[in-house]
Order: sequence, then C-alpha cells, then structure tokens
Amino acid sequence: MENSQEQGKQSPTIYLRPSKGWLSIDFKELWRYRELIFFLTWRDIKVRYKQAVLGIAWAVLQPLLTTLIFTVIFGILLKTPSQDLPYPLFSMSALLPWQLFSTALQRSSVSLVGNANLLTKIYFPRLAIPLSSVFAALVDFAVSFVVLLLVMAYYQYWPGWNILWLIPIVLLALLTALAVGLWLSALNVQYRDIQHMVPFLIQVWMYASPIVYPIETIPEGIWRSLYGLNPMVGVIQGFRWALLGGTPPDITMLISILVVVVLLISGLYYFRRMEKTFADVV
Amino acid sequence: MSELAIRVENISKQYRIGLAQERPDTLRDLLTMGFRGFKHKLSRKGSGRYDDPAHIWALKDVSFEVERGQVLGIIGRNGAGKSTLLKILSRVTDPTEGYGEIHGRVGSLLEVGTGFHPELSGRENIYLNGAILGMRREEINRKFDEIVEFSEVGKFIDTPVKRFSSGMYLRLAFAVAAHLEPEILVVDEVLAVGDAEFQRKCLGKMNDVAQEGRTVLFVSHNMSAILRLTQEAIVLDQGKIVLRAPTPEAVDHYLNMGLTKQGERFWSEEELGGKSDDFKPAALRVLNTDGKVVDTVNAAEGFSVEFEYQLTEAISGLRVGLYMMTTRGEYVFTTFDTDDPELYQEYSLRPAGDYISKCHIPPNLMNEGRFILGLNASVYRIRRYFQEDKALTFTVDATGAPGTHWPEQRLGPVRPQFDWNIKHKEK
Repeated sequence: MENSQEQGKQSPTIYLRPSKGWLSIDFKELWRYRELIFFLTWRDIKVRYKQAVLGIAWAVLQPLLTTLIFTVIFGILLKTPSQDLPYPLFSMSALLPWQLFSTALQRSSVSLVGNANLLTKIYFPRLAIPLSSVFAALVDFAVSFVVLLLVMAYYQYWPGWNILWLIPIVLLALLTALAVGLWLSALNVQYRDIQHMVPFLIQVWMYASPIVYPIETIPEGIWRSLYGLNPMVGVIQGFRWALLGGTPPDITMLISILVVVVLLISGLYYFRRMEKTFADVV
Repeated sequence: MSELAIRVENISKQYRIGLAQERPDTLRDLLTMGFRGFKHKLSRKGSGRYDDPAHIWALKDVSFEVERGQVLGIIGRNGAGKSTLLKILSRVTDPTEGYGEIHGRVGSLLEVGTGFHPELSGRENIYLNGAILGMRREEINRKFDEIVEFSEVGKFIDTPVKRFSSGMYLRLAFAVAAHLEPEILVVDEVLAVGDAEFQRKCLGKMNDVAQEGRTVLFVSHNMSAILRLTQEAIVLDQGKIVLRAPTPEAVDHYLNMGLTKQGERFWSEEELGGKSDDFKPAALRVLNTDGKVVDTVNAAEGFSVEFEYQLTEAISGLRVGLYMMTTRGEYVFTTFDTDDPELYQEYSLRPAGDYISKCHIPPNLMNEGRFILGLNASVYRIRRYFQEDKALTFTVDATGAPGTHWPEQRLGPVRPQFDWNIKHKEK
C-alpha cells in the first residue's frame, strides 16, 4: 500500500544493482501494480474498437463469420465428421476457446514492442504488459460466448453442470497463451522476426488443433499422445465436452497441463532474465 | 532513519554502439552465428565488461549522494550521460556496474505524456497516465479536479486527445505528472517545451515540490531555470561527474567546458556524425580589426565573427544566424546574414559551394566578459539545417570602452556608447 498517510512514515528503499542471473518473480510487486494491469487492459479494449462503426459487434461477427465459412467448407462440402453434433455448433464451440487463445497470443507477443515508449521511460513490472494483453482477449471472449449460448439454444442444446468445467478450461487457454506469449514477447524485443512469424504460427497451430475436425481423426495410441503435446487439444476438447457432451477429455488433458506448466515456468524465467535489458534493446 | 534520499556508488552503464552485424539482431543472424557463439555471448554479458571500441561507457564510476529535501541540478552536454543517469535512478534500466540505493518513491518526468493514447479522451488519459506513473485510482479520483484545473483543458476533457492542440496535450500531460507527489522527483527537460506562461507554471509547481521538502533531481539545458530552482548542481561530461558545486559555479564551469579557447572552431566529419547533409559547417572564427583570429577582442575597437560552411546542394531561402549569449545563458542578440533586404534578395538562392558569412560587431557595443556564440542555419519555417547553441566562446576586453575611467564592473552584457547631453539650467 502506498497511500499518502504512509508515504511520510516509511518509504521503501530501492536498490540499484546490475542484473545478474535468474531473478525470482516478485508477485507482491505485481499485485501492487494490479491497477496498472487493469488500466492497460481497459486501454487495449477501449482502443481496439474506437473509430470502428460496428465497435464491439466485431467480437460477435468474427466467430459467427468464421463458423459460417467452416460450416460451408468443412461441414457441407467436405462432410467432415463432427461427433454427431450439428457442424456449426461443433466448430463454433472450438472456435471460441481458439480465438481467445489466438487473440491473446497474438496481442501479447507484440505487446512489449508496441509499448516501447513505456518501457524506455518508466519503471513498472514488465509482466504487466503481456498480462494485460492476455486479459483484454477475455472481453471479446465473454461477448462471443453469449452468442454461442444463443446458437446452442437455436439447436436446442442445453448445457448441464459440466459447464462449470469451463472455468478451469478457459484458465488453461489463457495460461497457454500467456506462456507462449511471454517467450515470444521477450524474444520479439530483440528479434523482430517473431512478429512476422506469429500469424503463421497461429495458422499452423489452428490446423494442429481439433477445431474443424474431431479428435478421432488422429489415430489413438502414440500419435494421439503426441497430438496431446499441443495444449490447445486439451482445451478445445474439454470446452466442447463441457458444453455439448461428446468425447470427454482423457489422458491428453494431463499432457496438455504438463506442457503448459513447463512452458509457463520457463517463459516466466526467460522473461525475467531479459526484462532488465528491454529498455536498452527495444 | 537515514537523512539520505539517494546514494549511488560507482555506477557505470555500458552501451553497444555500431557493429550491428556482430549481435544477432534477427534470428537468421543468431542461427548463422551458431548456438555456441551465442552462448558465449550470453556468458560474457553476465560479466558485464567489454573494453573493445564497440562499447561505450555512457556512465563511468558515478558516485554521489542527495539529501532528503535537496534540489539538485544535473547539467551536461548532449550525450554526457544525464539521461542514462536518470534512467538508472528511475529503474528503467539497470547499471552495468555499481550500487545504489534510493529511499522513497521515485516519480519521474522523463518526457511528460508517456503512455498517453491519442484515441482516448482527456479524462481517460488522466486515469491511464496516472496509473502508469504509479498513482492509485483513489488518488487520481481525489486529485482529478485539481489536475483538470491545472491543465486548463476544461470542457475538452471528454475529447480524444488526438484532437488537442499540442499546447493542450502538453499541459494535460504535465498536470498529471505534477500531481504525482513522489518523495523523489526526477525531471528531465519538461521545461524545454510549451509557451512562456506554461513554463512559468511548471517552474512554480516544481518550486512547490521543493518547498514541501521533497527531493528533486532536475536535468535541463535551460540554465536560467537551473539557476533559479537549484542551489547545487552536478556537471556531467563523458559519463563522469566533473564537478559538484553551488549552482552558479557549476553553470559557469559547464558553459566554459570543452570549448576551444583560441577563438576558432572547426567541425570534423566525425563530429557531424557522417551525415550527408546539404549543409556542412566548416569553421567559426572571431577576428579582431586586423583580421587576426583571437580569443580576446577589444570592445572599443569592434570585431567580427565569420562562419565558413559548405553547401553540397543549392538551398533557396537559406539564412545563417548568429546568437550571442552570456556564460549564464542569457541571450544578448540574434542576427541573420540576410537581415538586410538587399542581401536577402541577392542570396535568395545559394548554389552549391563554399561560403563565408561574416558579421561585423561595431565598436562600443559589448561589455567586458566571456561570451558564447551560437549558430543556426535554416530556411524560415521550412527546415533547420544546422544548430549549435554553444559553438565558441571568446572574451571581450573593455579597455577604452565608454566609462572605463572608472575601474568598476558594469552590469549588463552590453556597454554601448550613448549620446548624453548635460545642461546646466540657469537659476
């Protein structure tokens, strides 16, 4: 707490030293800066739809239009199996967590470079920047989730208590985006190749996730386990199951969680390691 | 509790310059360098010491202490390390070597308006910028009206700031920063911008901050502001502290620093940074009435100043300006080589080639003392080709000047011979 009464009494001592080795993450400090994270998130959302005639309606249109395209190409023309669900519902229930993930990943990976003017002028925990980009993606998600519920109602699908599983599943999607986003945003500070690579990465990743096709397409056994290394497999599978039933998540979910944990911890450490040079390099 | 607000010991900061190919700036470079080379680099980075010419020390072994409530000025030429020092103190970047401690919340005004978003309204930007500067929402709520009033943007507060005039934008940005109330305030060049009225307001605000017993570090090129606001100042040159002294002494030292004493000054290619500009300064000289290059001229005889330069392209409407300043940084006059309408006509277009613009300073104009010459070459309202505020210093000797039969110092930078008339009125 740093309110005015406290300022007079006790002031924190800040030490300036060369940065060396692996620094631990100061979660306390991050918590102190929670309002900054809030305002940065709020700015991202606010700015995104400024001067757009349709404004936040884009958050509705994007998944709807993509669902329409997928339904025509994969559902009607290619007759892709869809776990006995109506194809629009099948693909839209996967698109939502996917778009949450891809928006969060894309925004967080360019976030540091996009906020270079802040990095070079003012001190604050650098983690606030990719974090707020990831949070900003949640707002779009919330809007399009309402649309999904309406589409479900149209097809007469009613979610059961399994819907509560969405909370940890959405969290897992966010953590995946954050983990990869931490790596990419820190790398992008020095290697701008990253920002050219990200759209491609996202595209490949999408086809490596069970969005337009069911997970059964991948042969069981070793291949399925390898497939599960993609954390979004668990997320999408779980999301679809929690809302619509069908194939429940299995061992792949555990593999997904494990991969995310490894990526996240390594990402955090890499980010902290590079953090002190951002202002000099960016 | 310690009375010190800031203590730094042997702080150094190293930056890489040039030789960009050596560092893997793109992944391809990284790959071609090979992982081993990269790893080697990383491990070398840890030790933080390079002595090869590709690295420069922006700061080297800087140590100083600032007491609580002190207002300390930091002066030095561009590239002397002032901004690097402030960045380290505000924790934007880490020192390469050394140690420091800061007691209290640091608020930095390293260019106001950081984090302003053009699409957001004034109101929204106050909250955003406040949060970025480290204010809590409740704190911003409390000070909101005060900030708006200080900024004078009033009814435009809900307009996107991209529609603001630059003056309004600046006032709003400064207003937020000025209400930060940190224990240690770090200020860099905010006073270089804005109109006179606004500058006065900023100075007033900084004075308030100082009088409330908070510590202020103030970096500026505005010597009169430094003199007014600080009692003590540090002079930085090439990353080192060359002097810490009461402000007037430090300012004098700074203004005389590193300037040639021979009455002549040349510009080398390196100094111009290898820029292939249309305008290349070559030399600036102070000449006495015999045409000799001198450091000391006589006020009673007059003298001239000549500026030699090269145009690699024809420039139309070029004017070469000369400023005269006291060592305190007050302007004595500004003059341009095409002030005379006839010359202005004749040189409306200057073809490429070498030129000398020579200015004759009449006898009995300057007072004794040391003066600074500044140069400017520009096309009015179109482009500035060259500017150097402290190109050369020289001394004026007042022997034989008006009134020298009284051996006292005269106030003022000029000492002209005026026509006086004395009448004895009959009773």
